[in-house]
Amino acid sequence: MAAIPSRHKSLVLLAGIILLQVLLLAVQIKRDSQGRLIRTWTVGAVSPFERAGSYVFGSFRDTWRNYFALRGTKKDNDDLRRENDALKLRIAQLEGKAAEVDRLASLLHFRQSQADVPMVAARVIGRPPVNDSLTIELDRGEKDGIRRDMGVITPDGVVGKVIETYPHTAQVLLLTDKGSGVGAMLADSRIQSPVGGVGEPLVTMKYVPNDDDVSVGARVVTSGMDKIFPRDLPVGTITEIKPGNPFKQIRVKPAANLEKLEEVLVLLTLHPLKQSDSAAQSAPAAANAAPPQVSNP
Amino acid sequence: MNGAFDLRIGESHIEVHKFRTGAILFTALFALVIQAWFPLHFTRASLLDLPLLVTIYFGLSRRNPSTGLLLGTVIGLMQDSLTPTVPLGLYGIAKTIIGYLASSIGARLDTEHPAARFALTAGFFIVHQAVVAVTRRTLLAQPESWLSLHLFGAALLNGLVAVFLFILLDRLRRQS
Repeated sequence: MAAIPSRHKSLVLLAGIILLQVLLLAVQIKRDSQGRLIRTWTVGAVSPFERAGSYVFGSFRDTWRNYFALRGTKKDNDDLRRENDALKLRIAQLEGKAAEVDRLASLLHFRQSQADVPMVAARVIGRPPVNDSLTIELDRGEKDGIRRDMGVITPDGVVGKVIETYPHTAQVLLLTDKGSGVGAMLADSRIQSPVGGVGEPLVTMKYVPNDDDVSVGARVVTSGMDKIFPRDLPVGTITEIKPGNPFKQIRVKPAANLEKLEEVLVLLTLHPLKQSDSAAQSAPAAANAAPPQVSNP
Repeated sequence: MNGAFDLRIGESHIEVHKFRTGAILFTALFALVIQAWFPLHFTRASLLDLPLLVTIYFGLSRRNPSTGLLLGTVIGLMQDSLTPTVPLGLYGIAKTIIGYLASSIGARLDTEHPAARFALTAGFFIVHQAVVAVTRRTLLAQPESWLSLHLFGAALLNGLVAVFLFILLDRLRRQS
């Protein structure tokens, strides 16, 4: 340690003694608003270092938090994205299951209301990869008692008929196919006429004479004449009527949603079905909502 | 230690004086007592600062900055102690600085001439008052006037008194 030159010793002594007396003053003096001077000075002397330390520490902390500590954030983000995707998928699955439960509940309700009619529930497992072939494939077949020409329905209405069976699967020709047809009649007037597909979402009611009163919105049900479907099973609702020669051109919207079939019922008998409550209730409503009848040409 | 010895600075020879045993302590106490007593009977006597004059005298004579500032410290703190309204250290700081300056200057100049003593004392008085004012203003946040005519008058008075007082104090020196 370097020695202090003798000529500077007195200067150091002077500074030390003055400093001591300044501190002595500070200890004694008490300012009205700020407390003792020594406290004010101490705080004033220390606080800049505290602020500087706090600033430096805060800078390091922020740097750490905002940069270094975020090194794992990308991985966390990726993990969260994957988890989010998995959860979205899970939600979609649950929503699908919920919808499936609703459909199955509807099927069960319908099945219970027709307890005396033998039928088997089947799941739609496929559609042929040909656009002009309106068929579906079921997950049940001959081992479940399904045979050709058996009717396929949903609680909403007619779907089609079985055209091919295999031990564990079956193919169904939809009502909208060109080669499909079902014996039908108007629910209210009981006017009978077969309904067939034309390869479009709507089917046609083919042989209603121009003289018969038919209104848009009228319900069409099965007549049982085709020996495939029992009577009074909903087929659809008339949406368009045009005069024809010699028959009206009547377009019917199928009662069953043939575009989104997932579960169906295969009728294992041709016994007549009782009309469901909902169908019975909707009949008068549809009749009330029907527009004026189209006049004959 | 006997008498005085020469302090050689450059080409000049400055005498460093020694004093009788207890002379400095006795003189300082006497000055403090007089300073406390005199103004009671003579109002104008408050213009005098006898402790300051004693500090200056022994600083100039001893010519040792360390002892000079220590003497100033002791005298100043005692003066503060005797004044209830003044915080300890106010005059202590001022007289410490004056003791240092006086002994430092005394080591470089011949301060035996009455004119030099007069001028130096008047100057030190102003410096002393300035230090007190700075201390009051900056450290104590107390109002204190800076230089004034009254201050210059007091400085001249103290310088004049110092000329005669220092002659008396010279008698306390040990003869070489």
